[in-house]
Amino acid sequence: MLEVQNLSMRFGGLLAVDGVSLDVQEREIVSIIGPNGAGKTTVFNCMSGFYKPSGGKILFEGKEVQGTPDYKISRLGMVRTFQHVRLFTQMSVVENLLVAQHRHLNTNMLAGLLGTPDYKKREQKALDRAAYWLERVGLLDLANRDAGNLAYGQQRRLEIARCMVTEPKLLMLDEPAAGLNPAETKELNQLIVSLKEDYNVSVVLIEHDMSLVMDISDRINVINQGRPLASGTPEEIRQNDDVIKAYLGEA
Amino acid sequence: MAANNFRHALFCAVVTLIISIPILGLNLEAKGINIILTGAKTSTYVAIVLAAVAVFVFQAYRDSIMGLLGKLPNFNPLADKEPMEQSKRVKLESWILTGIVVLALFWPFVVSRGSVDLATLVLIYVMLALGLNVVVGLAGLLDLGYVAFYAVGAYTFALLSQYTGISFWMALPIGALLAGLTGMILGFPVLRLRGDYLAIVTLGFGEIIRILLNNWTTLTGGPNGIGGIPEPTLFGMEFGRRVKEEGNTSFHETFGIAYSGEHKVIFLYLIALVLAVITALIIRRFMRMPVGRAWEALREDEIAARSLGLSRTAVKLSAFTIGAFFAGFAGTVFASKQGFISPESFVFLESAIILAIVVLGGMGSQLGVILAAIAVTILPELAREFSEYRMLIFGAAMVLMMVWRPQGLLPMRRIHITLNKQE
Repeated sequence: MLEVQNLSMRFGGLLAVDGVSLDVQEREIVSIIGPNGAGKTTVFNCMSGFYKPSGGKILFEGKEVQGTPDYKISRLGMVRTFQHVRLFTQMSVVENLLVAQHRHLNTNMLAGLLGTPDYKKREQKALDRAAYWLERVGLLDLANRDAGNLAYGQQRRLEIARCMVTEPKLLMLDEPAAGLNPAETKELNQLIVSLKEDYNVSVVLIEHDMSLVMDISDRINVINQGRPLASGTPEEIRQNDDVIKAYLGEA
Repeated sequence: MAANNFRHALFCAVVTLIISIPILGLNLEAKGINIILTGAKTSTYVAIVLAAVAVFVFQAYRDSIMGLLGKLPNFNPLADKEPMEQSKRVKLESWILTGIVVLALFWPFVVSRGSVDLATLVLIYVMLALGLNVVVGLAGLLDLGYVAFYAVGAYTFALLSQYTGISFWMALPIGALLAGLTGMILGFPVLRLRGDYLAIVTLGFGEIIRILLNNWTTLTGGPNGIGGIPEPTLFGMEFGRRVKEEGNTSFHETFGIAYSGEHKVIFLYLIALVLAVITALIIRRFMRMPVGRAWEALREDEIAARSLGLSRTAVKLSAFTIGAFFAGFAGTVFASKQGFISPESFVFLESAIILAIVVLGGMGSQLGVILAAIAVTILPELAREFSEYRMLIFGAAMVLMMVWRPQGLLPMRRIHITLNKQE
């Protein structure tokens, strides 16, 4: 459903991403790994529309989407999380989820001011969906807390829930396990697998935690210094000499 | 540490001297066609030196003084109490608000004409502050030229009445819509700007509008302003002693009561009250709607908001437009109340005061902003004798607020949302 072809991104004289290709099928977890500064997040930023790539193509469900503004990308059904959690910290947990459903709500101002039945119905639906996902990530009891007051692991989960309420087809997770303890990582592991199995979402994952990556990925792409180094199943990657030299061996 | 303190204190004292000696100690006097420089009285110099000493002592012992202040008994009797339950608090708040409105309805019939006039002004500021609260408090866009939209509303009414003889009731929506449109137009170029840059550009826009009004003499009358703006009518009834416009009747004759100038003042007050309540209710509703949440989301984290499908353009423009719309409302009422407007009413200081109201009240908090609007407008009137020191007191109040209550009088609280557990 997603195909990245020969993607390159240049910042002035620096070629941050050079000729990276990857593809994601439906209901598949694809990981991107590589040393720090390899250009993984830059690939994400191109895919999610934050950068306009200097070269290459990004096809989502057969349509070229490179250079489409970020807010339109997410409306197509490609939603991302961030390396550093980006919540609306002064808003409550449930409000974070309501903002994300902006697209599903009746945004006609007059309808909202008058409180038409259609508006109320959609509002209630949005609330129910928010409640469902809060329950799913174990935050229902904290629904009216300020998002900024949650513990770090909870913030991570909230960010994923916030993506899921938009009902995406493809979820891009940028280092979701960073800063989590082993128990939380394990929960995250199960959550991501369940997103694929139960909600038919494809996942692109950037992660440094090798046990997580090896455990849940269907396929892995390795990037080094902006260039593709290898790709294949976790088993193939584990035995790839280049990868071991560049990355795994030193870790 | 002590030496450091001493040096800092000395520095502060010297700065005090440097600033106050030329300002207070030197006077310019006109003698014939020449201006000569004379010194002030000895007592002034003594006062300056005493002030410098006071600054020095305070800065030198700052830590212990502030520590002592902290040990003072807490004046807030509610400080130890458990925070009220959400539902209870919401109920209490709406009761208080209803109470204020009911009181405000009867208020003009028991007080003097001057007080009613002042109260009308307060209500105009309430409208302005509530509107700016959308832009600054909710959307987080620092707008220093807000007064421009107020001016657009006021001048729309003034010009239309002068050239087409339009009535207040027609001008009210037109003024507000035009102000909203101006807000949208001014919003476009500043979409990409944030924080300080946005503040500077909006400040510029505010000045552009004022200077335009000042210099487009053929249309606006320039600094002479526009007079003869009609008062609002009640179903075609005028409040003057004599009917000015054909086809209208006069209020006192229709009801067979003696003419009184107060009728007009009270009527205008009631209009302002209704409009202020409408403004508050509409914005309150907006805050609970998707658009209101989008404003806040954009304030909190623009990148995250965009990644979730919010269009920056639509969200920012809607905030600017709606904020400006209510400023236009206020402007029309203001023009009608004064009967005469000139660019002088729309200087930067007005923007600053409205912004101060929003900050003092607590960004995003409606009740806080309303209370602050009342305080900021009424206090200077009460302290008329100290009018020279008005800005000084104002500044001191701001500094104290920033030190003790940076979040404002009544900081915004999140709306409690009840969720049904899903299966």
